[in-house]
Amino acid sequence: MRTGAKLYTALIFIFLYAPIAVMLFFSFNSGSSTAVFEGFSLKWYAELFSDAQTLNAVKNTLILAVSSSAIATVVGTAAAFGIHHMKSRYLRQLTMSVTNVPMMNPDIITGISLMLLFVFVGGMMGLATKLNFFTMLIAHITFSVPYVILSVLPKLRQMDVSLPEAALDLGCTPMQSFFKVQLPAILPGVFSGMIMAFTLSLDDFVISYFTMGVDFMTLPVHIYDMTKKNVKPDMYALATLIFVVVLILLLLSNRESSKDERMQIKRLKAERRRRLSLHKNKK
Amino acid sequence: MKKTVAVTTQRSLFERFAAAPHLVWSVLFIITPLLFVAYYAFTDDTGAFTLLNLSAFFTDYFGIFLRSVKLAVIATLICLVIGYPVAYCISRAKPHTQKILLMLIMLPMWMNFLLRTYSWMTILQDKGLINSFLGLFGIGPLHILGTEGAVVVGMVYDYLPYMIVPIYTVMSKLDYRLVEAAHDLGCNHLGVLRRVILPLSISGVISGITMVFVPSISTFYISQKLSGGKFYLIGDAIESQYLNNNYHMVASLSLVLMLILLIGLAIVNHFTDEEGGMVP
Repeated sequence: MRTGAKLYTALIFIFLYAPIAVMLFFSFNSGSSTAVFEGFSLKWYAELFSDAQTLNAVKNTLILAVSSSAIATVVGTAAAFGIHHMKSRYLRQLTMSVTNVPMMNPDIITGISLMLLFVFVGGMMGLATKLNFFTMLIAHITFSVPYVILSVLPKLRQMDVSLPEAALDLGCTPMQSFFKVQLPAILPGVFSGMIMAFTLSLDDFVISYFTMGVDFMTLPVHIYDMTKKNVKPDMYALATLIFVVVLILLLLSNRESSKDERMQIKRLKAERRRRLSLHKNKK
Repeated sequence: MKKTVAVTTQRSLFERFAAAPHLVWSVLFIITPLLFVAYYAFTDDTGAFTLLNLSAFFTDYFGIFLRSVKLAVIATLICLVIGYPVAYCISRAKPHTQKILLMLIMLPMWMNFLLRTYSWMTILQDKGLINSFLGLFGIGPLHILGTEGAVVVGMVYDYLPYMIVPIYTVMSKLDYRLVEAAHDLGCNHLGVLRRVILPLSISGVISGITMVFVPSISTFYISQKLSGGKFYLIGDAIESQYLNNNYHMVASLSLVLMLILLIGLAIVNHFTDEEGGMVP
């Protein structure tokens, strides 16, 4: 890169990281201001870990993210498999357009539309509280499934078609061929879809806000409530912890993928060497 | 032999019905809810048909809508102008550097956007970082918080990565020999950008624009925090009607928002077709 380009990129990164740096810095403030630094202290971290409401919100967020991503992964993987084998092009396109709706719609519309459905059905059933953990779970599954489908479908397309055929020829039932042959082949796609669903659920605020019940609050909604008041640095301590966790996860996944790449290159080289030697032997 | 023929032409039960749960789910929780938006928009509390909710949009909310569209368009354009060169610079870096830079672009995306936005509030406020910095030179304090500019800054900050990543993805696949060829054939820098790089990266630009515009126009948190309660956007209007339990008004505002987005999408697609660019 030329100097000008370097300088420009650096400026953008300063812009992107300035607010995060501010949060990191003020989370160690000994005063309760988020603008004036009075001295170094860890008391906001201590406060954070003794705040029952925040801890409960973290627990709820994890429960919701684990259950919604697990269900979304199963439904989404099966759906991708079904879509891949659909005979009618028309049906496949229709399914894909419906699948794309939650990704194209703004979150607020997805949240509002689900909320209206739940309120209407709840009203018909005569329920007093229409929104609860399950409405939120349904909402999270609904917006996660498309991402799982989109990360599994390419793996199905890349898969060698003769693999399942060979499995069937060798006496597998279609079910066995799926679980023993095809599923292992598409597993990386399934896995990245699951990670995607999990992080989307963790981070979602807007859809959760409109579909949650009063008794089950997740972390983003809790943060929203906290930022309505004057924020104390304990929220910044929380942001710092989130930042560190995300950084570690990204570094780990980055290392894994570069390890994968190296392995693949090694495999390709070995394959080429094998072919070359075959070639020579033939001669 | 017979068996393989049967296998390739007939699908197993599992292959046939694997998508069924997803289809049922989509009808129940994607299509039906959207029908309910329309239903609530055109009815009143007794369930009778009415156009009052929609007419209220034109009498009470039209200004808010115009302002939302304006701010979202400005934020999207700024993201494009800032983000495009960044995507280009990253795509021209060494492969290993590219990976690190891309990760650094995406890292803020995984942070809670409420807290990131709130942090801007403390930076921009009258006694915040910017004003205390300007105060050293005897300038200010500037009242940044509560202006439309502050809201646009928030939008640009929150959604800039959504512009950079899709453009970068397209640019990283761009065959750089085309650029060299254009230079060899006497094109200047501007010409190369206009005739080679831009047309080849237009699909990334389109998805970047939609990915920034859609959340910008529908946001309510950014405007709530950075406008200092001085003005409203569509998202705020929807949220406050939701808190008032006025579901019919919520539905009518959402319906209009959806229509605006459909029109916007159609306009964007129209422009790309004209330039012969690829529609993603």
